[in-house]
Amino acid sequence: MAEIRIENLRKEFGSFAAVEDSSFVVRDGEFLALLGPSGCGKTTTLRMIAGLELPTSGKIFLAGEDVTLNRARERDIAFVFQLFALYPHMNVRKNIGFPLLAQGVSKAEIRSRVEETARLLQIDHILNKSVSGLAGGDRQRVALGRAIVRRPKCFLMDEPLGTLDAEFRDLMVRELRELHNRIHATTVYVTHDQLEAMAMADKIAVMNHGIIEQFGSPQEIYNRPATMYVADFIGSPPMNFLRFKAGLQKGTRSVSVEGVDITVPEIHQDVAEGELALGVRPEDIRFSDASSLRGAVYGSEYHGTNQIVAVEMAEGLVKARVPADQNFRIGEKVGLELNHDKLCVFDCTSGRAVPSSRYAGAHHG
Amino acid sequence: MAEVILKEISKDYGDTRALSNLDLIVADGECVVLLGPTGAGKTTTLRLIAGLERADSGRITIGGRDVGTEAPAARDVAFVFQQYSLYPHLSVYENLAFPLRSPARRLGKDDIDRRVRDVARMVRIDHKLENRSTRLSGGEMQRVAIGRALVRRPAIFLMDEPLSSLDAKLRAELRLELKRIQKELGATLLYVTHDQIEAMTMADRIGILAEGRLVQIGTPREIYSNPANTHVAARLGQPHINLIPVDVIPDSRAPAGARTVGARTEHLDISLVGNANAHVDWVEHLGDQNHLHIKVGDCKLITLANPYLPVKPGDKIGLRLKNPLYFGADGNRVY
Repeated sequence: MAEIRIENLRKEFGSFAAVEDSSFVVRDGEFLALLGPSGCGKTTTLRMIAGLELPTSGKIFLAGEDVTLNRARERDIAFVFQLFALYPHMNVRKNIGFPLLAQGVSKAEIRSRVEETARLLQIDHILNKSVSGLAGGDRQRVALGRAIVRRPKCFLMDEPLGTLDAEFRDLMVRELRELHNRIHATTVYVTHDQLEAMAMADKIAVMNHGIIEQFGSPQEIYNRPATMYVADFIGSPPMNFLRFKAGLQKGTRSVSVEGVDITVPEIHQDVAEGELALGVRPEDIRFSDASSLRGAVYGSEYHGTNQIVAVEMAEGLVKARVPADQNFRIGEKVGLELNHDKLCVFDCTSGRAVPSSRYAGAHHG
Repeated sequence: MAEVILKEISKDYGDTRALSNLDLIVADGECVVLLGPTGAGKTTTLRLIAGLERADSGRITIGGRDVGTEAPAARDVAFVFQQYSLYPHLSVYENLAFPLRSPARRLGKDDIDRRVRDVARMVRIDHKLENRSTRLSGGEMQRVAIGRALVRRPAIFLMDEPLSSLDAKLRAELRLELKRIQKELGATLLYVTHDQIEAMTMADRIGILAEGRLVQIGTPREIYSNPANTHVAARLGQPHINLIPVDVIPDSRAPAGARTVGARTEHLDISLVGNANAHVDWVEHLGDQNHLHIKVGDCKLITLANPYLPVKPGDKIGLRLKNPLYFGADGNRVY
């Protein structure tokens, strides 16, 4: 297994820059998720690492070796696509062993490596079955086995779970992560689903229009979003923004939103007068009659243990995640209490977070 | 809008039974969501109502009218498919107006214009009415496809996973909008999905389908808090309900015949003091939801972590059941 190092990677298609000067490192054994909406450049980045696209400029290092101009098959990488294709006329054992057979590995070694792989994936009991009769989950595992058995330097996966049922996807997310915990393969995983990224990745790169907006651990990205774009992309529902106009002084611990003073983490930088936004996660809102930040209940979404209550404020809808056993009438006036320690302040013009004590010691991507 | 009734509907494809004695009533103005995995019979149900397939037995009525022998066009239903299919050579406006220009309808120009603009506003595409339909993002195309169903004001809307080909983020937004539109129009809607969040947030009632049978139907709250069996219990809830043998956590209230305990987050009481019978395995940070992984002996449980409860991996904890669900050897609820 190996480290992947990307330096100033850029890809243009005609006059369109799909990926703009990305640099990042996936450490040996780390699981990186490239996360963003369609068209953000995540798949292009992955394809360049795989050697399926040549970068316009920049370098790619695999285990210290510059592979930028190497062909795909010279890179010792396993690429897993969205749709898994198995060889329908072969049984499970032959499907998994096929890449080794193609490499000319000895029969005895193929046998032991296929069996070891099957044990890892908990499909050793179906090795001699035909793949055509297998259930969806087992088919995915066989396809994964075929990628693992080669012991490549890294795995690249392009939305491998994209076409699955929601329920089955949850199961496979768990299995993929548990597999990663067992084999510690350096992995780059492309997805537009923030839940998949949060559940599996050690690091997430959030991409937008070819640019990496933030690179960090899931918690880092969730708790200290570097930009409004990231704050809005991660979380379901995403972070709420309460917009207000103000200038801020370094050392301030309070902002005024809708005429109400709200305590925030200490601001570490002067901010010129302009449009700002207070960012608050749905779970950091509680209802309290004592609060003077008020709105009217617009609707609620039942999620089982919790519910999402949308409240109409002067500045738009704010969504709060609260226990499902509280009942609200539509139109009912409620007071919102915010968890002060967790608030973020953004500059709406640049879209970037204003440095504060909440962000102190944090790394921005 | 109209009430739709399916009575004892069965449908086979060769040796495969797609639907088995299905009884279902979608009330006028109601949103029913059929939830189930691939192959449960969801799409077949929609296709039978639309008239794209014919049932082997049973009766379908729309607004009190038996439609068993009617052609699809005569049934007055609007179908929205997973893959939006727009007329690529037409503008958004013309795509929306198309169903109204059918000779069967004979609507005046002004009527058509008014309806198209109303619907465009509703699905928030009114700023792009003159765009070519191919010059739209995926989400916008799906809005046009939904809009094209809405202009017709049919007896019932049938929607087959209309959001599943969209980005996760867009899906969440359109989900809310669809629900709002359905309520605004008082539309009768039968919607199928395999996404439990869609089902829970959109449905007036959820029908759980499994292997061609309707296992349970009820409000999201009923299905979630009062499942008829372990299959239904496992369909709703994130994290997944913990289904554990009845003797793993000491419990004097288990009724006779109970073999399995179904424990969701709200059925588990965690205490940091007193007798410990479990320990924290790890805490999974998913951002908005943090999952607490607990081990009791060899048994693994997952609950939503309470942000106000300070626990870390390895901590010994006391785990008690709080009015959990009980299931018998056959998987059915016992009380």
